[in-house]
Amino acid sequence: MFLTLPLFGLLWRAPWSTLPQRLTEPGILAALRLSLLTATLATAVSLVLGVPLAWLLARTEFPGRRLVRALVTVPLVLPPVVGGVALLLVFGRRGLLGSWLDTTFGVSLPFTTAGVVVAEAFVAMPFLVISVEGALRGADARYEEAAATLGAGRWTAFRRVTLPLIAPGVAAGGMLCWARALGEFGATITFAGNFPGRTQTMPLAVYLALEQDVDAAIVLSLVLLVVSIAILAALRDRWVAA
Amino acid sequence: MTLDARLVVNRPGFVLDIELTAAPGEVVALLGPNGAGKTTALRSLAGLTALDDGHVTLDGRRLDHEPPEHRRIGVVFQDYLLFPHLTALDNVAFGPRCRRVPRREARDKAREWLARVGLSEHVRKKPRQLSGGQAQRVALARALATDPKLLLLDEPLAALDARTRLDTRAALRGHLASFPGATVLVTHDPLDALMLADRLVIVEDGRIVQIGDAATITAQPRTDYVARLVGLNLYRGRAEGTTVRLPDGFSLVTAVPQEGPAFVAFPPAAVSLFASRPAGSPRNTWPATVTTVARHGDALRIELSGPIPVAADVTPAAAVQLELEPGRAIWATVKATETTAYPA
Repeated sequence: MFLTLPLFGLLWRAPWSTLPQRLTEPGILAALRLSLLTATLATAVSLVLGVPLAWLLARTEFPGRRLVRALVTVPLVLPPVVGGVALLLVFGRRGLLGSWLDTTFGVSLPFTTAGVVVAEAFVAMPFLVISVEGALRGADARYEEAAATLGAGRWTAFRRVTLPLIAPGVAAGGMLCWARALGEFGATITFAGNFPGRTQTMPLAVYLALEQDVDAAIVLSLVLLVVSIAILAALRDRWVAA
Repeated sequence: MTLDARLVVNRPGFVLDIELTAAPGEVVALLGPNGAGKTTALRSLAGLTALDDGHVTLDGRRLDHEPPEHRRIGVVFQDYLLFPHLTALDNVAFGPRCRRVPRREARDKAREWLARVGLSEHVRKKPRQLSGGQAQRVALARALATDPKLLLLDEPLAALDARTRLDTRAALRGHLASFPGATVLVTHDPLDALMLADRLVIVEDGRIVQIGDAATITAQPRTDYVARLVGLNLYRGRAEGTTVRLPDGFSLVTAVPQEGPAFVAFPPAAVSLFASRPAGSPRNTWPATVTTVARHGDALRIELSGPIPVAADVTPAAAVQLELEPGRAIWATVKATETTAYPA
């Protein structure tokens, strides 16, 4: 009840009569496209970095492993705005890495689409890492041993045996990660700003619209809701049921 | 393909320290009770458990610092560990694929191995669609398809029901006979060891307590564990001629004279039971009390307490006639000629 009531509120207040015109406004489409693109890229980045990290946490012993695991969960408990500020301090034009990136490659992340991806990945990756690590711990490590006795190196064993075994966990983690990235607001607006077409994702557009035109905000929210539910439902049937 | 190894693994409260050799074509069984360290020994041979000391040498090459994937040692795990997401064919082709055999060739080889273990019909099945016996054969084919120099089998038949076990054991015996490399087999089932192995290595508490072929082990056990496995009464004492004095003062008379520490063994069927003291008869006669009566094949196995604990086999008819039941006091005898005595 508590979880679904706000959704009904959204549906109830929706300006159904003017919906078709509002949906075709170019701003909505641009924000939607940007949101889907950045959330997907952030998920891809999280997969590339997060799955090996989860493997290290679940399968190996190294000094400071507990510390690393604690650090991985920091973005979960950190208010996203604080995360955005932290990212600015590191990747900002005068930041620790940012100044180096700027002078060496002429690359600057803040207030760019790439910056949105970085902010979203920062906030969403822990969901993936935790989910994949759990799947790895649940998977029998002896399959990897069996693969090793058959001549498979660590990478081959991981790719051909472990990864297929934990695929449902990776898929679930990826979905959580994608959904979190799609809804990301605080870190994005702090680190990447709010430039239409470049860094203005759906949640930012909703927030902005709320100050000027409540109906527009409701429409944007509905679109976000429908798109995310549709995509998650489609993926869920495909990956988790199998 | 000769194996020469000394395996030392330290665990809290447990030390494994055994030496192991196996010649090409030879099947060596590590036999012992649960927790004796057999599986640890196998894992350290395969490189899955690190050695704390000792060495593993195969064909004169030191392997103990090689990772498992470079050892060319095939392993059949107790629960097979077939990859659940791959078909039987791809499970068997996995090893050759890891050795960079092209996909088609690897599959052909896998198909050939599956045919050899009689599973041509099941190449497309996933492990969960296979019966226990079939899964065991896929696991064997998968290990052999890598052309290993040494084959390790961990309780290869333990997961099977009695009927399947019989067929699978016979088939396994055939495959092991045609395998050119050395084989080390771990089991706690004496029948598996006796049927499959050329040589038995008995391990208890991380140490080797006896090595020998099936005939020697079954005739001359050296520990209570082995004696129980092969179904013999076993006593250790000091021999003076044909008398072997046991530590608690009781003596057994044997047929063959010995000197010094000696074992005396005799089968339960050699023990005769009488309601009263038999007159003028066998040399070994003592009063005993029945502790348990249990079925044992066609006979009844009677456990007796007294000066020495002993197991006796009698026919059901004799048991009825002697009114054998727990607590019954009777006389037990063993002819000297039915005992075996050998140096300890």
